[in-house]
Amino acid sequence: MLEELYREVILDHYKSPRNKGPLAGADASVHLHNPLCGDEITLALAVEGETIREARFTGQGCSISQASASMMTEALRGKTLAEAREMLQRFTRMVRGELAPEEADLGELEALAGVSRFPVRVKCALLAWEALDKDLAHLEEGGPAGSPAGEPGGRP
Amino acid sequence: MRSIETCREDFPALHQTVAGGRPLVYLDSAATAQKPRSVIEAEARFYERDNANVHRGVHTLAVRATEAYERARRAVARFIGATDPACVVFVRGTTEAINLVARSYAQPRLGPDDEIVLTPMEHHSNMVPWQMVAQATGARLRYVDLLPDGTLDLASYERLLESGRVRVVAVTHQSNVLGTINPVREMAERAHRVGAVVVVDAAQSVPHQPVDVRQLGCDFLAFSGHKMMGPTGIGVLWGRRELLESMPPLFGGGEMIREVGLFESTYNEVPYKFEAGTPPIAQAVGLGAAVEYLESLGMEQVRAHEQRLVAYALERLGQMPDVRIYGPRQHRGGVVSFNVEGVHPHDVATILDQEGVAVRAGHHCAQPLMRWLDVPATVRASFYVYNTPEDVDALVRALEAVRAIFGAGAKPR
Repeated sequence: MLEELYREVILDHYKSPRNKGPLAGADASVHLHNPLCGDEITLALAVEGETIREARFTGQGCSISQASASMMTEALRGKTLAEAREMLQRFTRMVRGELAPEEADLGELEALAGVSRFPVRVKCALLAWEALDKDLAHLEEGGPAGSPAGEPGGRP
Repeated sequence: MRSIETCREDFPALHQTVAGGRPLVYLDSAATAQKPRSVIEAEARFYERDNANVHRGVHTLAVRATEAYERARRAVARFIGATDPACVVFVRGTTEAINLVARSYAQPRLGPDDEIVLTPMEHHSNMVPWQMVAQATGARLRYVDLLPDGTLDLASYERLLESGRVRVVAVTHQSNVLGTINPVREMAERAHRVGAVVVVDAAQSVPHQPVDVRQLGCDFLAFSGHKMMGPTGIGVLWGRRELLESMPPLFGGGEMIREVGLFESTYNEVPYKFEAGTPPIAQAVGLGAAVEYLESLGMEQVRAHEQRLVAYALERLGQMPDVRIYGPRQHRGGVVSFNVEGVHPHDVATILDQEGVAVRAGHHCAQPLMRWLDVPATVRASFYVYNTPEDVDALVRALEAVRAIFGAGAKPR
């Protein structure tokens, strides 16, 4: 079962995360913190019209949360906001075991499907995606560019 | 006297396999202890034979239930060296016990000129209630410094007491993260010289070492039943009689009254004035059985067994180059917190679980201490009488599996 969780590609993204670091000129940025385990993420998106030009993240956490964030930022580039939201729904259903990975059609992200066998770790895989949900909501509202990062009690 | 060497047989939950057939290695007793058969049976037997409400009925079962409940109170008093069983208040657990002292003893007495002394190694349950008192009264919270090895800087404690404003010192007897055993007796002596009362969080000490309130010299002692092999939902606040008598009840209702009028009531005596409503009767009976079980092992023997285990664990883990251990090496209890370099504690715990080894990973309800350690979380292995050196070996083997998956010296960018 552990092999299903700790796939090579997950460990690779954990050890060498892609798109990690601040994003200058972000159009939306949100900071989330899971107080239960101390995992945290700031996810920043830059858009051109309706298309995500770049997604970058900062933060720290377990291999699942970090690999999920790293793969997600890779997958988001070039997607429209509507496509990103649709991806978010498929990914969420996949890690909850409601959608088979081959049906989820999420490319590299399908490696995270094994998380569904570890119910307590599902929230780790979803942290970055919850941040995406909030970023997308800001952009869809056409609200102020860049929400203030941080939340009460959140670790810096 | 029962032998620790063979007591493992007494714990049904330990004899099972997990994670596809691996024998369970339970190293999470600091979170909650497993229960011996005698405790499980005492609770079941109470429901099967004696179940009735206490202190209310004249019928046979009510008399038996009341006697069983009060016998448990006497057992607990004896266990902690309290001469007066009336000073043993049954509550839900350590958290409720500390909240009771904070709300009922401290809050009515404290004002903006007063100070409450805490330590950064407190469990949230011995920190947040005092923050609430401080917010309600304007009293200030002051913290004893920690030394690099995770013990208290007693010189900084002395300096805090010099302010002349300290009214309460609330300290854990044993850290649930670092294992540090604090010198409560000396701290209480010094606190009393400046007129402060001393509240001891004994959740991690009463189950694991001889504790005698007369020797400790504290004013309040709080602990939980479930960490000492008893049921959940029962805990104890012990307090000095004159202090308990001076405190208003926190909850009003049945049991805690003497006479009720339409507009006012008089209250029952201690401990009953703090036990409003139907108490956890079967749980108290279970706790009484847990006390008897621990007495049959001998608390000196319990302590010695855990000392041997923790020394062995520190030795074995200390030989693993990428394992970092937190807390003092000497004079400590049976919990070992550590991290594996480059691997998040939750990943470690998931892999250990798949090897059959149950540990805790997280902040252990001690977020300020995590900040002091400068880590988001730790892995914690904790021991009890039923653990063996082979359990430590299993932990080390499982940690080698962590290394096999994550690679040597894995370090994320």
